[in-house]
Amino acid sequence: MAEQSSGSGARARPISPHLSVYRPQLTSVLSILHRMTGVILASGAAMLCAWLLSAAAGERYYAWTEWFLTSWLGYALLAAWSWCLFYHLCNGIRHLFWDMGQGLSLRATYASGAAVVVASFMLTGLSWGLGLACNLAG
Amino acid sequence: MAQLTLPQNSKVRKGRHFPAEAGAGRTRRFKIYRYDPDSGDNPRTDTYELDLDRCGAMVLDALIKIKNEVDSTLTFRRSCREGICGSCAMNVDGTNTLACIKPIDEVKGEVRIYPLPHMPVVKDLVPDMADFYAQYASIEPWMKTDTPAPASQERLQAPEDREKLDGLYECILCACCSTSCPSYWWNGDRYLGPATLLQAYRWLADSRDEATGERLDELEDPFRLYRCHTIMNCTRTCPKHLNPAKAIAEIKKMMVARR
Repeated sequence: MAEQSSGSGARARPISPHLSVYRPQLTSVLSILHRMTGVILASGAAMLCAWLLSAAAGERYYAWTEWFLTSWLGYALLAAWSWCLFYHLCNGIRHLFWDMGQGLSLRATYASGAAVVVASFMLTGLSWGLGLACNLAG
Repeated sequence: MAQLTLPQNSKVRKGRHFPAEAGAGRTRRFKIYRYDPDSGDNPRTDTYELDLDRCGAMVLDALIKIKNEVDSTLTFRRSCREGICGSCAMNVDGTNTLACIKPIDEVKGEVRIYPLPHMPVVKDLVPDMADFYAQYASIEPWMKTDTPAPASQERLQAPEDREKLDGLYECILCACCSTSCPSYWWNGDRYLGPATLLQAYRWLADSRDEATGERLDELEDPFRLYRCHTIMNCTRTCPKHLNPAKAIAEIKKMMVARR
């Protein structure tokens, strides 16, 4: 059987379609989101470093980052980064349970997946609400 | 490295259309992946219209009807037609399943049928399973013992130890789970995949097997075991309702426990 393995003929065998035909579902979508938010958070960490560096470099440099972060683009990026942070955090906790062998039934996976999505949006809204409220009060 | 798009020779073209016979009542379109190794052409999708009132209930019934009555060149594997042999594993309506136990009525609209994903295609819906079987053989799926067997009886197992094999021994090695796994798509040459790992755990969990340490040594590898990122497509798609992701998590736990 092994002798008939791929590529034995004149032409290499085609590879059957995968990503293009496989139905997106909660399992795979949340998994790739976990990885994507991780990558986006790395860029967020770079922004955080730039912000701190500018604060250390002096008032003039800090004013630049302040101007950027309080522009509409800056707010949009911060909102996206904060949601990525909470999603990655919540789904990371979900992974810790899995690593302990807990919550691996299909039912539990779908329930925890939905919970992670809801919690990530709620925590983002909560932190922005608190932050903006403090900003107005202070 | 993951190649997200299909290579040039694998890109799927538009194929032929076979309309329903005159006077057909409840018609349904079946869009089926075709590849003819003798033609030298790229794969294509042919569309067949069938009268569901004159066809069995399952997707496999439709395939057999097409082969018998419409297009005898259509090629697929099938045997038991009751979900126990695993031969007719394929991608139906975007998820992997056994065509023989997948009701046509569960699919809304056009029924799209492809071979198991990211596999070398021999012809039409027939993938080359050689690597998959080689991976299964690599875990040495038989009982390994050092102690001699009892002289006058088989090796006994307590009922509670036997219960640990429930949910594992039922696996029919249809490869639906492995070929649903993106990790297996991208690293199938080195990652063993959910089906083989579930089978590996079947022997790790067997109270009569005495090669647990040796088996774990073989799996302690960044690719063979640890390419599982708990995506859970495997458990979602298993037509026997088994849980390969859980079995893999148990292997990972055993790795930690023996440190």
